[in-house]
Amino acid sequence: MSEGHSTYTPKTGLGRWFDARMPLPRLVYDSFVAYPVPRNLNYMWTFGGILSIMLVSQIITGIVLAMHYTSDSTLAFDSVEKIMRDVNSGWLLRYMHANGASFFFIAVYVHIFRGLFYGSYKAPRELLWILGCIIYLLMMATGFMGYVLPWGQMSFWGATVITGFFSAIPLVGDWIQQLLLGGFAVDNPTLNRFFALHYLLPFMIAGVVVLHVWALHVVGQSNPTGIEVKSKTDTVAFTPYATIKDAFGMIVFLFFFAYFVFYLPNYLGHADNYIVANPLKTPAHIVPEWYFLPFYAILRAITFNIGPINSKLGGVLCMFGAIAMLFLVPWLDTSKVRSAVYRPWYKLFFWLFVADAILLGWLGSQPAEGSYVFMAQMATLFYFAFFLIIMPVLGLIETPRRVPNSITEAVLEKNKGGSGHPAGAMAAPQTKG
Amino acid sequence: MKKILTSLALIGLVAAGTAAFAAEEAHNAAAPTHFPINEPKEMSWSFTGPFGTYDKAQLQRGLKVYKEVCSACHSMNLVAFRTLSDLGYNDAQIKTLAAGYTVHDGPNDAGDMFDRPGKPSDHFPAPFANEEAAAASNGGAAPPDMSLLAKARGVERGFPQFVFDIFTQYDAGGPDYIHSLLTGYDQTPPAGMVIPEGTHYNPYFMSGVSLKMPKPLSDGQVTYDDGSPQTIDQYARDVSAFLSWAAEPHMEDRKKMGFRVLVFLLLFGALVYMTKRKVWEGVAH
Amino acid sequence: MSATDIHDPNRRDFLYVATGMAAVVGAGAVAWPFIDQMRPDASTLALASVEVDVSSLTPGSSLIVKWRGKPVVVRNRTEKEMKDGEAVSLSDLKDPIARNANLPSDAPATDANRTTPGKEAWMVMVQVCTHLGCIPLGQEGDFGGWFCPCHGSQYDTAGRIRKGPAPENMAIPVFKFVSDTKILIG
Repeated sequence: MSEGHSTYTPKTGLGRWFDARMPLPRLVYDSFVAYPVPRNLNYMWTFGGILSIMLVSQIITGIVLAMHYTSDSTLAFDSVEKIMRDVNSGWLLRYMHANGASFFFIAVYVHIFRGLFYGSYKAPRELLWILGCIIYLLMMATGFMGYVLPWGQMSFWGATVITGFFSAIPLVGDWIQQLLLGGFAVDNPTLNRFFALHYLLPFMIAGVVVLHVWALHVVGQSNPTGIEVKSKTDTVAFTPYATIKDAFGMIVFLFFFAYFVFYLPNYLGHADNYIVANPLKTPAHIVPEWYFLPFYAILRAITFNIGPINSKLGGVLCMFGAIAMLFLVPWLDTSKVRSAVYRPWYKLFFWLFVADAILLGWLGSQPAEGSYVFMAQMATLFYFAFFLIIMPVLGLIETPRRVPNSITEAVLEKNKGGSGHPAGAMAAPQTKG
Repeated sequence: MKKILTSLALIGLVAAGTAAFAAEEAHNAAAPTHFPINEPKEMSWSFTGPFGTYDKAQLQRGLKVYKEVCSACHSMNLVAFRTLSDLGYNDAQIKTLAAGYTVHDGPNDAGDMFDRPGKPSDHFPAPFANEEAAAASNGGAAPPDMSLLAKARGVERGFPQFVFDIFTQYDAGGPDYIHSLLTGYDQTPPAGMVIPEGTHYNPYFMSGVSLKMPKPLSDGQVTYDDGSPQTIDQYARDVSAFLSWAAEPHMEDRKKMGFRVLVFLLLFGALVYMTKRKVWEGVAH
Repeated sequence: MSATDIHDPNRRDFLYVATGMAAVVGAGAVAWPFIDQMRPDASTLALASVEVDVSSLTPGSSLIVKWRGKPVVVRNRTEKEMKDGEAVSLSDLKDPIARNANLPSDAPATDANRTTPGKEAWMVMVQVCTHLGCIPLGQEGDFGGWFCPCHGSQYDTAGRIRKGPAPENMAIPVFKFVSDTKILIG
């Protein structure tokens, strides 16, 4: 972004010919080669790249699976099993796609928590953050509809429960629910429209990703110190520095992904989804995919009526409210300092919030009975308090630690402090490698 | 980094505390609220772990148990005879085996349905014409299809076991459950427990105190040619292994490919890491 | 950067090349399953043989069965059709190769080579025009064999191309008589 002018100079005749007509190589060069990134980015910043390859992987495996899948309620389950048994490499593609969804969400959660920790949502990156929230919403819709397609018991009953949210809306609820389902219950019309939308939404995600990256390139990347880039010494070129670091992050991530695909392909799924959907028999307890569990816990935590709002509508409102909080974060955080590195109290509450989210996830997987309900209510309370009370109040009363004047100063300070490994600082002679 | 670790430890503590709190629930032996009453016994299987493979002799014995016992009530709609080559049968044996079944086919030129001997491309024919017929003949509960049973059953492992399962690659929830259920009959229910009419007490059943299926196996019921013990326990192990294969026929390919992929990623990762070190050498960050 | 250039540039280059090559190998290995999945699957391959009962076919009649999604004609030829087929000299044929999957790929397209020994009356043939895949009509056209209405290709009584845009004789699939009245195709 520095000055915003391009340093691309085509070397060949063909390059100049192209550049004069459609400067695509210039765009790529400016965005992914010369683009300056803060020199102090840690591995938490590689998750943007990881998310991109997960999106691409999901789209490619998905297109290929669609070549073999049949979206008819009498055939869907068997067609998935045909993929698993008869199609060449079918089992691999299907397990990549199913586990890919989970790992896509793992990456997006790390990405979101990174943003919350380092204050990446603060001005001027509000729009960047909101575009990210929209991507997350689209991912949830895509993941939910994708889970319905194999037409197992959890597919069917998950779809029944989730579309049931809409029936909580006063007056028009039932009408909207029937509109979504194309009938009075989840059935063939529902499956067909979910398949169509499940195929469409990833391309919409890709579109919003383009906007997300565009916004990123306008405002520039944040960094662990939260200090804006001030001079050229604060940055390095995207290629090779960020590229190679991203590549390493991706490989480590793919290692874990492969471990699950090849050794625990059904670990993150539910056994009941290997039973064909039966509209007359509900499984003992319905659980959504793990990445929805915290929200599911919030939904079930509201067991009481709040004034005119009954518990069902209250639960749905809280659940959507929990997601809506993310959109408001740029304005809820009143702190002048961006990064939690310099905010001891915020740091503490941030980790409590992470623990709270994990606890909610675990509660979501347990039956809604006994002490679980009370715990879920307390955890829900903390979830909302974190956004609505802690974030705004802490920003006003907390005394942050001294913030360095520039990224370069922060880096030099850190290396002088020497945290165990000699960091090789300035061109230490290479002994090995 | 140290701080992240401390924080993770904190999260672990919180989660463990709440789990212990939740586990404290009154137990009433005669009216249990959580099923199964007994956790499935963890058996040792040839197909678990990163290098697991199916024991072909065991699968053949399991097929025999399925054919002679289970198939009277349970269908296996998704499994084709041709795939039995995985069990070590050759084409001629598969042809003979398939021809032993009668397959309903048609219509022929006259528009009639007809019966013919099975072909290797056929799937195992179902014992009942449809689910309603299956339910009507079995006291109202249709026996489930067995093609995916080993993946469709599994008792929840609970915290913290489900975390350890990631590292031990525990993927035998289905066969462990099936084996425990098949060997779990003939036990006396606790005093005072009400067993509904027409059902059979089994403390390993995952959705109640008893199930409609009567004890299916007894010692010596199926004759083995290879000298394996002809006991309920052995039958149960063999049929559970066979059902694991039926549910996941490409498991061996999967694990073999997985090992190669992980080794490649390890080596490639090391190369990229060294390259990264070189690139960043001399740039403080 | 410049500081590192002076010591051991070869090792650095080697590292870059090795990493790049590993990346290419990885990408290639990942691409394979995505291509592999397009091949006919196990259930499709398993259905690749059909048994036909031909006891009802009198000379001059034929039946059509579906094999691998294509029509296969089984025709019990008349005396005249057989004579017409045998009378054709190889030099009159547009395609002199038998195109019979039961024979070597260079077998000449004699009438005998288009049928099976001892069963010369029987034509078993994939009834798909070798031009662009239409289904020709039986016992039509100038040669009394098959005529393709799409682009006017004409085949003789042994299914050999005689006139029109089609380049090859119609294909004979792998088949055998398992008994006098039963044919196994595929």
